[in-house]
Amino acid sequence: MAAAGLGPARPLLARRPGALRALLGLARGLAAGPQTHFGFQNVSEEERREKIYQVFENVAEKYDVMNDSMTLGIHRVWKDILVHKMNPSPGTLLVDVAGGTGDIAFRFINYVRSVRERQLQQKLKRHQNLSWQEISKSYEKEKVKPLGDSQVVVCDINKEMLKVGKQRAQHLGYSEGLSWVLGNAEELPFDDDKFDVYTIAFGIRNVTRIDLALQEAYRVLKPGGRFLCLEFSHVSNPLLSRLYDLYSFQVIPVLGEIIAGDWKSYQYLVESIRRFPPQEELKEMIEDAGFFKVDYQNLSSGIVAIHSGFKL
Amino acid sequence: EDEEEEEEVMMEAEGGFPLYPGHIPTSPLQKALLAAGSALAALRDPYRHDMVAVLGETTGCLALPSLRDKMRHHPEGYRILQERPRIRLSTLDVDRLRGLPDGTLGREYVRFLEDNKVSPDTRMPAKFVDDEELAYVIQRYREVHDLMHTLLGMPTNMLGEVVVKWFEAVQTGLPMCILGAAFGPVRLNARKLQVLATELVPWAIRSGRNASCILNIYYEQRWEQSVESLREEIGILPPPAVRV
Repeated sequence: MAAAGLGPARPLLARRPGALRALLGLARGLAAGPQTHFGFQNVSEEERREKIYQVFENVAEKYDVMNDSMTLGIHRVWKDILVHKMNPSPGTLLVDVAGGTGDIAFRFINYVRSVRERQLQQKLKRHQNLSWQEISKSYEKEKVKPLGDSQVVVCDINKEMLKVGKQRAQHLGYSEGLSWVLGNAEELPFDDDKFDVYTIAFGIRNVTRIDLALQEAYRVLKPGGRFLCLEFSHVSNPLLSRLYDLYSFQVIPVLGEIIAGDWKSYQYLVESIRRFPPQEELKEMIEDAGFFKVDYQNLSSGIVAIHSGFKL
Repeated sequence: EDEEEEEEVMMEAEGGFPLYPGHIPTSPLQKALLAAGSALAALRDPYRHDMVAVLGETTGCLALPSLRDKMRHHPEGYRILQERPRIRLSTLDVDRLRGLPDGTLGREYVRFLEDNKVSPDTRMPAKFVDDEELAYVIQRYREVHDLMHTLLGMPTNMLGEVVVKWFEAVQTGLPMCILGAAFGPVRLNARKLQVLATELVPWAIRSGRNASCILNIYYEQRWEQSVESLREEIGILPPPAVRV
């Protein structure tokens, strides 16, 4: 940080880090355009986008290991709940924005596949008097369309994250109904009214202009389409909040250093969570973008929240 | 405004402002967690030099001030603390050193770097030491490590590294060296362990005790000196005639 280079001025300002930060912010702001935040630092919007790109470039390889360590595996449950809430049926078109390493996409595929299987089984049960020919034809249909025309497009701004995602897909055997697109949530490379569901899981926090991302979400959804956002939010219970802060600030950067050799990226992560709007404020922002029936569901006492809205 | 206050609270909790480029201030709890975590990580994978470095920084709170005081009370060490020399490829004139006669510190150091395919530039900078002078002391210790290999005549294989760690443990008292010396041999086979226990470690300990503080030598001004005469001056005993 720039403070290290200021010599004699430092003792004066050392007691008031806020004042120092404000001065630096002002100086840089006069040069660089609209101001925003990167964790607890104040930076220009362009700088923020660059810094966040680098954070994810650095963490991409260890992203999944770190998620498991930091949340003790609980992030898997949160993501399962998101997909269950979505309850997609075969034929659904999903765009998973900031989908990076594919967690939501793979769960979507699994869910749709099992719904499809159950559908076919039910159909078979109803037609008890089928001939062998008809039975084998229906099994063929299942093989040809295991997902029943469902598709998921994973869109992410970061090449490294997409790379890891594609590798995971190959490793786990996901190929059908899955595509990977490089794109910016603030300016999606898709036509209007294309998708049935739009999800953004643990991604909207890293978007610099959340309002633009929400507008884009509205644009690319079909009328009747659903917006779902899974994100860290605010814990209102004071005791839990203190414990959560303690864990976040004391343990998570240490885990980042030990597992990924990268303290700073995980320091950014915990700071960015604190900076993100709480449940009600996010709800209002989503309503501002034009969504109806906007609601949220707290998970783990508010550590995480799922916001949902519809384009009508 | 309350974001700034919140940040001040966080900063206070973590020990304040960075004191040098690359410094990450940490709270006592964080240091303890880092020490434990890096020890486990280094045990699992000894090639994680970054974890060894973090272990050294988070456990050196007693040994580093004592080393710094040894340097302050010695004329050459004091000069090193003032001038803060750094050993890196950009400051070393490798061609000149290579041209020096065989047996000189400069020639043998370059030979060591080339034979073992190492570079002084891969040393991690200090991050978790909360004093800028002590951060330099641990940095100097890291950069002088390759010269220890040269003076002790030890290669960078597992056995050689363990021997150097024993020497450094006696010399510096850094818990990281002591742990490395104690746990390093775990991965050696029986034959190597025997050589280690009967010849190399006793020699390393005797030399470590006999030698003056290795951080008190301004190596950059001694390239032309022969390795033998430097060994004698410091007090490092001649290495045993074993193949390492």
